[in-house]
Amino acid sequence: MSGHAEVMARRGEIVRKSIGLDYARYVTGVLAFDYEGLLADTGYDVETVRALQARSAVGSTPLVELRNLTELVRSIAPAGRGARIFVKDEAANPSGSFKDRRASVSVHEARERGFDGVVAATSGNYGAAVASQAAKAGLGCIVVQEAFDSRGVAQPEIAEKTRACEAYGAEVIRLSVGPELFSVFLRVLEETGWFNASLYTPYSILGIETLGHELALQTRAATGAFPDVVVVTHAGGGNLTGTARGLRAAGAAEARVVAASVDLTGLHMASDRDFNRKSFTTGHTGFSIPFTTWPDRADVPRNAARALRYMDRFVTVTQGEVFYATQALAELEGLERGPAGNTSLAAAFALAQELPRDRTLVVQETEYTGAGKHPLAQLDLARRLGVGIERGDPRRSRPGESIVIPERPEQITVREVELDGLRRSYVANALASLDPETDLAEEDLDFLAAETRTRPDWVREAIDGIHAARG
Amino acid sequence: MGRSCRLPRLCWALVAERVAEGTWVELQRIVLEPEERAADLPEETRRVPLEMRVKGFLVRSAAVGEEAEILTPAGRRLQGTLDAVNPAYTHGFGPPVPELAGIGGELRARLRASRESGEA
Repeated sequence: MSGHAEVMARRGEIVRKSIGLDYARYVTGVLAFDYEGLLADTGYDVETVRALQARSAVGSTPLVELRNLTELVRSIAPAGRGARIFVKDEAANPSGSFKDRRASVSVHEARERGFDGVVAATSGNYGAAVASQAAKAGLGCIVVQEAFDSRGVAQPEIAEKTRACEAYGAEVIRLSVGPELFSVFLRVLEETGWFNASLYTPYSILGIETLGHELALQTRAATGAFPDVVVVTHAGGGNLTGTARGLRAAGAAEARVVAASVDLTGLHMASDRDFNRKSFTTGHTGFSIPFTTWPDRADVPRNAARALRYMDRFVTVTQGEVFYATQALAELEGLERGPAGNTSLAAAFALAQELPRDRTLVVQETEYTGAGKHPLAQLDLARRLGVGIERGDPRRSRPGESIVIPERPEQITVREVELDGLRRSYVANALASLDPETDLAEEDLDFLAAETRTRPDWVREAIDGIHAARG
Repeated sequence: MGRSCRLPRLCWALVAERVAEGTWVELQRIVLEPEERAADLPEETRRVPLEMRVKGFLVRSAAVGEEAEILTPAGRRLQGTLDAVNPAYTHGFGPPVPELAGIGGELRARLRASRESGEA
């Protein structure tokens, strides 16, 4: 068997063969590339994606008004405040999450290109989505998961995803903790010659545009206007990027797109010890901060999920707040969903209090719930690992040490992640990816401005600041 | 468990424990030993091996703990140590959590109170 380093050295070639996209064609500078061209050349738009998704029962999910939660928000908000809250019930997709939208286009593309099967590296809902779509398309499927710690203890939510993938007839490669998962994934791609159903290809992102498009039109049908705020659970950036692009395609470009992540500050993503001390496996800062500030850390040469281009605001909530919101959704609205997908719901509870009552806020996803994939399973494991669980002020919680479940709805708040800081981190990461002597062309400055939603003069100033700080 | 046997009676015991060809099983394999792992890992991750588990149908009868081969649902043949036979899905919901149990009642009471006071 070849070692980790040897496989990683063949990475570029393996990935190129497994996607069939020539990313080099889109390079326009040392940093810059033609992002819109990369997406447009796939030939997919919202209408073609909607048509192919309809053939596999993906999409057209209900938009549900959360009247009782809205009433609860209004009972604690300042007078005249408390936007109407809706949720897009993405759990109604075939495998139970919006990830079916991503998988549907990737699997369609794999079949069109004559691949015999698809491979995905994911411990989350996306694995079940790829397995489900592959089953319907008659393709083979292999899912590579980071699933258990060195003591053999499986993360309960990932154990459920293992079961779901196997239920759809996929081979599931379960691994212990570590980023070398990527070399195992590459080896499987190399050995099988199958399609890389990466979360970060243009197909994956174009598949989500229908979500933003649908919710814009559904909101307008329900309220007479496009949504004012759309809250997106944010991890790798695909959900936010695709949804925002879909909103724009529908004409709802004015909707403010808010990213929401669970705060897991202090827990290391490659730590065998921390692995099961995370009660959320996605939608958390361990993914969202690194991917927002450098999207090209993905398993493809250029990530089509570029969240900083699309987000208007970024907030975090705590694990306890999301569990509380999950319980509230079940008991006040009769929807047992999540929990990870309810990250945006917890944030929405606080954000709706800022808005006038005649405004509309849309929580853009739910996900299925089940054994392992449930607050009870997560809290039970956390307690067994010695994580303290109590009712109280959630701001006192410490990821990996304590989960504090609010005592009152007023205790649900959002913490801002300043976009300016994220933008500067992005620029610093971009510079760090280059040889220090590299000169940036106008193209690259324009590209960095587009990436950070700023202007080239802001980029120049940020670069000067970074150089000055390095002395 | 011994891999070879000299006594006929013990051989029979091993034969009796053999898992039949075609049985749904799980293999275990070490992908990277600790010294082969990536350089920039946290200490607690670097000192343990990277381990893999995959399920499939046993290609030839074998006993738990022996080297074995499976045919996976994706049609691949993989080798490793036979680790579990028809392994159960053991994840569940666990016991109800007292810290969550009261939330619904509390929120319904809040809604009733605000409706009665005409605030909402």
